[in-house]
Amino acid sequence: MKILVCITHVPDTTSKIQFTANNTKFDTTGVQFIIGPYDDYALARAVELRDQTGGSLTVLNVGEAETEPTLRKALAIGADDAIRVNAFPKDSYFVAKQIAHYAKEGGYELILMGRESIDFNGGMVHGMVGELLGMPSFSPVMKLDLEGNTVKMAREIEGGKEYLEAQLPLIAGCQEPIAEWKIPNMRGIMSARTKPLNVVEAVTQKTQAEASSYQLPPAKGSVKLIDKDQVSELVKLLKNEAKVL
Amino acid sequence: MSILVYIEHAEGKVKKTSLEAVSFAHALSGKTGEGEVVAVALGTVSADELAAVGKAGAAKVLHSSDERLNAGVIQAHATAVAQAFAAVGAKTLVLAKSSLGDAVAARLAIKLNAGLVSNVVELPSTSAGYVVKRSIYTGKAFAETTVTTENKILAVKKNAVDLKTDGTEAVVENLSVTISDSDFASKITSTERATGEVLLPEADIVVSGGRGMKGPENWGMLEDLAKTLGAATGCSKPVSDIGWRPHHEHVGQTGVKVAPSLYVAVGISGAIQHLAGVNSSKCIVVINKDPEAPFFKAADYGIVGDAFEIVPKLTDALKAEL
Repeated sequence: MKILVCITHVPDTTSKIQFTANNTKFDTTGVQFIIGPYDDYALARAVELRDQTGGSLTVLNVGEAETEPTLRKALAIGADDAIRVNAFPKDSYFVAKQIAHYAKEGGYELILMGRESIDFNGGMVHGMVGELLGMPSFSPVMKLDLEGNTVKMAREIEGGKEYLEAQLPLIAGCQEPIAEWKIPNMRGIMSARTKPLNVVEAVTQKTQAEASSYQLPPAKGSVKLIDKDQVSELVKLLKNEAKVL
Repeated sequence: MSILVYIEHAEGKVKKTSLEAVSFAHALSGKTGEGEVVAVALGTVSADELAAVGKAGAAKVLHSSDERLNAGVIQAHATAVAQAFAAVGAKTLVLAKSSLGDAVAARLAIKLNAGLVSNVVELPSTSAGYVVKRSIYTGKAFAETTVTTENKILAVKKNAVDLKTDGTEAVVENLSVTISDSDFASKITSTERATGEVLLPEADIVVSGGRGMKGPENWGMLEDLAKTLGAATGCSKPVSDIGWRPHHEHVGQTGVKVAPSLYVAVGISGAIQHLAGVNSSKCIVVINKDPEAPFFKAADYGIVGDAFEIVPKLTDALKAEL
């Protein structure tokens, strides 16, 4: 079976978020970039499924040259080859169009990615790719097992989960606990250097909803501390000052 | 012309977040002159419950009672909503962010060739182009997003607008939809849902516990506090990782993002990943024995001390006051 995992190249979850160029660009100063945490779960599960079915696993990112170390890391974790669509990921639609094109070209039967990227949090790309390819799409998927052509999944819903079944080919946006994150070992890191990483060009430049400028939330005022023996004081403040009760 | 709102329901009740989306659409129409707000509801739900959606600002509710739509089959819902969109001649679709809503909206973006903006936090500005403010970096920043398509989809974050409650009853009309079998190709085999409890992503008050609670056996006092407040319970990532609490209660960057009026954090130090899940809360109360816990910097009110003493006292004080 041919599996495709789409990954994002995003700031580490501990990054301080700042903007530059008159608030029109993300400030990358001192920021460490990682595989999106949700994408990392998708990748980990894909490695297991590839090993189980003896198929192949390709990892894809839409991004400029600086995302290559992130793709190499995915190769070190266990992907067989990588595709970088050489373009800045302008919006969800733009990214979905690139993925749909190369996924179709490659004839992938299972397409996994994170439920959302942790930079723009849209959570839209998997559904868009599904609609573009005429495949069912599911998200957020927390369990995914293969039995022949049948895919058995658990999807998180508000306050619980939903169990479902569908046939390949399909697309899933993944989240924990679908698999444990895999840490690349030395052999993986060494072999990643020589695995194929193909750079391809964007198939369209069309966008629909691009971010034009950024803002930080207003700074939080300082905390009002209440003595631990005056708990009823807190209740009064919540009621009369914060007006949240 | 009208604005269409996709509304969800569970256990016979229209979700509060969907009602907020209706109010959002009502305010949006007031601004853009897009005419009346029409809601679309799929699956079994009573006509009375749907008529009440009018209070939030809808003039009309289109209802397909096709039982196959009771289960939230993503493709089938997307097909049905697209047909409703065409039927009312809408240019804008509004919906609440949710597990099903997100999945349906993404497919509709392609079906309707509509620019889609998610996590919308306020009404769009239409003075120069169509600019929508949305939350990004898990609430750590905002982006102004310019939508260039004629059709638009806005997935609204909780608390983006105040819920309107003074509207009149909506007219409920039957919606007939044609859905092919291929849209039902996936099959929902079973659903597990915590019943009778306040659902975390939609809760107005949330009480969360961290590793400072020392063990799952101590959650009773947090549940008492939550019950007194009518709150949902949540937890930090380490707590769900070690299995003290179920995964769907994990609040944070890679878990549930909440936006309640009041968030009470007990024994949670406040790692940046946890803060990312709660920074849309209106008011944050932190109870922690460590005065240096980073959570205090993000809090509105704090108590430094032993949770095992303070929480029961707080519950009693609330019972006396409320």
